Amino acid sequence: MSAGTPRTSAAALRATVRDGSVTTGATVEEALQRAHDVKAGMDGLNIFVSLDESFLMDHARGAATQLADTEPGALLGVPVALKDNIASLHHPTTCGSRLLKGYVSPYEATVVTRLRAAGAVPFGKTNMDEFAMGSSTENSAYGPTRNPLAPDRAPGGSSGGSAAAVAAGIVPIALGSETGGSVRQPAAFCGVVGVKPTYGRVSRFGLVAFASSLDQVGVFGTTVDDAARGLRVIAGHDPLDATSVDAPVPDYSAVATRSIEGMVIGRPREYFPETLDTRVRARCAAALARLEAQGAVIRDVSLPHTSLAIPVYYIIAPAEASSNLARFDGVRFGVRLEGDGLRGMYEATRTRGFGAEVLRRILLGTYVLSAGYYDAYYRKAQQVRSLIADDFTKVFSSGVDVLFTPTTPTPAFALGAISDPYEMYMSDIFTVTANLAGVPAMSLPIGRIDGLPIGGQFIAPHFEEERMFAAAFALERALGAEAHR
Amino acid sequence: MTAPVTADARLAAWEMVVGLEVHCQLKTRSKAFCGCSTAYGALPNTSTCPVCLGLPGALPALNGHAVELAARAALALQCTVHPVSVFARKNYFYPDLPKGYQISQFDQPLATGGHVDIGVRADGSPIRVGVTRVHMEEDAGKSIHDRYPGVTAIDLNRAGVPLIEIVSEPDMRSAEEAGAYLRVLKQILEYMAVSDVSMEEGSLRVDANVSARRRGQTALGTKTEVKNMNSFSGVERALEVEFWRQVGVLEQGGTIQQQTMLWDGASGEVRPSRTKEGSHDYRYFPEPDLPPLVLSTDWIRITGENLPELPADRRIRFVRDYRLGEYDVDVLTASPDLADYYESVARAHDDPKAAANWVMGEVLAQLRSTGQGIDEFCVRPQDLAQLLNLLRDGVVSHTAAKQVFARMVATGDPPAQVAEREGLIKVDDDAQLAGWLDDVIAEHPLEAERYRAGEKKLQGVLIGAVMKKSKGRADPKKVATMLGERLH
Repeated sequence: MSAGTPRTSAAALRATVRDGSVTTGATVEEALQRAHDVKAGMDGLNIFVSLDESFLMDHARGAATQLADTEPGALLGVPVALKDNIASLHHPTTCGSRLLKGYVSPYEATVVTRLRAAGAVPFGKTNMDEFAMGSSTENSAYGPTRNPLAPDRAPGGSSGGSAAAVAAGIVPIALGSETGGSVRQPAAFCGVVGVKPTYGRVSRFGLVAFASSLDQVGVFGTTVDDAARGLRVIAGHDPLDATSVDAPVPDYSAVATRSIEGMVIGRPREYFPETLDTRVRARCAAALARLEAQGAVIRDVSLPHTSLAIPVYYIIAPAEASSNLARFDGVRFGVRLEGDGLRGMYEATRTRGFGAEVLRRILLGTYVLSAGYYDAYYRKAQQVRSLIADDFTKVFSSGVDVLFTPTTPTPAFALGAISDPYEMYMSDIFTVTANLAGVPAMSLPIGRIDGLPIGGQFIAPHFEEERMFAAAFALERALGAEAHR
Repeated sequence: MTAPVTADARLAAWEMVVGLEVHCQLKTRSKAFCGCSTAYGALPNTSTCPVCLGLPGALPALNGHAVELAARAALALQCTVHPVSVFARKNYFYPDLPKGYQISQFDQPLATGGHVDIGVRADGSPIRVGVTRVHMEEDAGKSIHDRYPGVTAIDLNRAGVPLIEIVSEPDMRSAEEAGAYLRVLKQILEYMAVSDVSMEEGSLRVDANVSARRRGQTALGTKTEVKNMNSFSGVERALEVEFWRQVGVLEQGGTIQQQTMLWDGASGEVRPSRTKEGSHDYRYFPEPDLPPLVLSTDWIRITGENLPELPADRRIRFVRDYRLGEYDVDVLTASPDLADYYESVARAHDDPKAAANWVMGEVLAQLRSTGQGIDEFCVRPQDLAQLLNLLRDGVVSHTAAKQVFARMVATGDPPAQVAEREGLIKVDDDAQLAGWLDDVIAEHPLEAERYRAGEKKLQGVLIGAVMKKSKGRADPKKVATMLGERLH
């Protein structure tokens, strides 16, 4: 496998397209060639659910001449892969589900419109756990994606296809989505950078909802700079998303060389439990030492409600999902399976259209919202959620600038290795807190264990992505090649 | 053996208790959460977009105008509008509910604690119906079961149309009170210009909760919910029928099942709905796609201060300013458009009572005969006032004025022009009047002779003949004088 070989960054690609030495058609062609080379297809890594090569080539050739005359966009000529739950024209939007097989959205997500406006080329739709429910991309109706760095391993999930597309060097940037770690965890497993922005930073319009109060479109990049450029393009207020926030969007790449001298980096003890894999702990310690060497101040802190995050998440997320997924009823779009009358049609479509994990979460969510259980589960979970958010508020208001933690407790596990849902849920233990609190977080590679990547995570206060990127740029620079060794 | 129980005796024994839930479509141009048109009568499924179709990934964005109209309605119903209210999802499956949930409000509604006065008791105290709450929600689509054999057709044009639901306290004690509440409510909503309040077009829908109890009892009986009424009189009839059905069950020692009853206006019957409404668990929870609706107290106060005049206030003002009687005021304030029309006439003419008589007489008769609304009426209030001025100044006779009015309705022309053109200006020229009078005497020699002989009641016949000959232009008073002089 040729993953890990030097690839062209988004910034470099854009520069060559802008100065005319390379056309958008050529960058797309190169990405398609790369997809062939790494065997991204169904019988290989199975990265894409749909990738219409001739459409992309025709489109890219047209785009090359068209964009040459206009203001060069921030991602001019850069192919960007899209997770299959982001509505886009032409390519189907299946959410990794049998129920949406062949469903082509008649409109596109705001993030896709923004990518195109910046000159980027939406590059196919990537594989995912069905409706983003899972941590391994094994829950896809279209088969699992393989980790490009170790094809017998899972790429993580649910945005496994997008992480793999970047890790395999097909595209420098890909969009994923996060509900409980679905960008950061696969980024860690695949050795790439993954960013979950502040809740409200990026429009969710066109992102097929899993759990609306947690969902956020995220960005994968080969490097911190790729992710920073991708986020800058898709971020910003959208009147079509009432939960998006009208706040200025800084140029995240501009902090690439900012000093972290005096930056206070918190090390929350709950993220370094005694049971933590010693090699993961060692990698994190090394990263923290590098940060300290750059002038950062490392401080031990506590986020006392961390252990409640997984139970709270598995009440709130399924509750919202049970409602969000009600529209997949076979009436207006997607697959309809006939049954006895209306009720029979509903039952056949939903029972056989959804996979096991989706059904499990719909049942769980329906239960916790039911009359008589709402107070004990959903309301209680919301109360605990605010305690978890308060933990972050307190630690950030005590002078801590960012937090540093491992992204996952372990490196990528083998495909098929985890069959117990609860064990699978625990792989998100260090990532769900940021979704529950709505704060931004990102993962970047900090080294490998037995050839498998390990991710380090920065977490920042609401809308302080800039600070988080500054720390990540500094760590990436300090680690150099060590990050992939 | 007990004596047969008369209807009066049963009514003396049993009391009806009614609470009403009114859904009212807000008069916005676009839907509650997307930009689609709300216009009535569009081709099926043409006023739709990804949002109101519930397509994957689409999100709601709240229509601010809908909020303003809802707040205005709530304030007019004397409710407290809350600075923070929360949208909630009401989850259920139905083919005309695209998202599988309806965006509504649940435990934190827009407004609570209002009331409506629907009449006055013998002792002068108001009959007051409490308004429990006013909340915002979106409409569902429409299932059409009878159009295509074997299939149900779905029209989603209505899906996402903004509604308010107005829930009353169980404060009404008869079908008449329920009817009065609905009429007053409709009038208030009309005055606030928040809704078209048309049951025919579905912009007003009424569900009734009704129960029966023995008079003197304070606890509420088990209620049923009656749906499917398509007029206010239908509501009253349905309530009567359902009440007596319940009384019949209770008199036999039976118990009332809490259930939904459907009114069949054609047969005049209620029958249980097949869907078990009570068994629904809607699994309400706060809508995560919409932040809580936050309204500043200043905005609420200013909205309250700038409410259009309420019907009750207008009635008081009409009595005070125009010295009209109760009956006239009730007729003239029935709708804000009619009241506006009257007021424009009254302001341009100095006799408000004459203006009232003309609006209530000629104008309403004309509208009744054509089925038009006052807003479609072609005679402008200023023109009607001018006609009344001509009448007052003796330029036209009363008879001629009615003819002028008829021509104004037909042509839309101003009254002076019509009177001139049609030769309807009153004639008080002695020579002309004398000429007509001579002709009439010549044509009616017998009547003239009998009149001269003392049969004075024939005066009317002779003057009438002059009026006819003059096409209404002759001044009848002057003709009478001249007749007396001529035939004495």
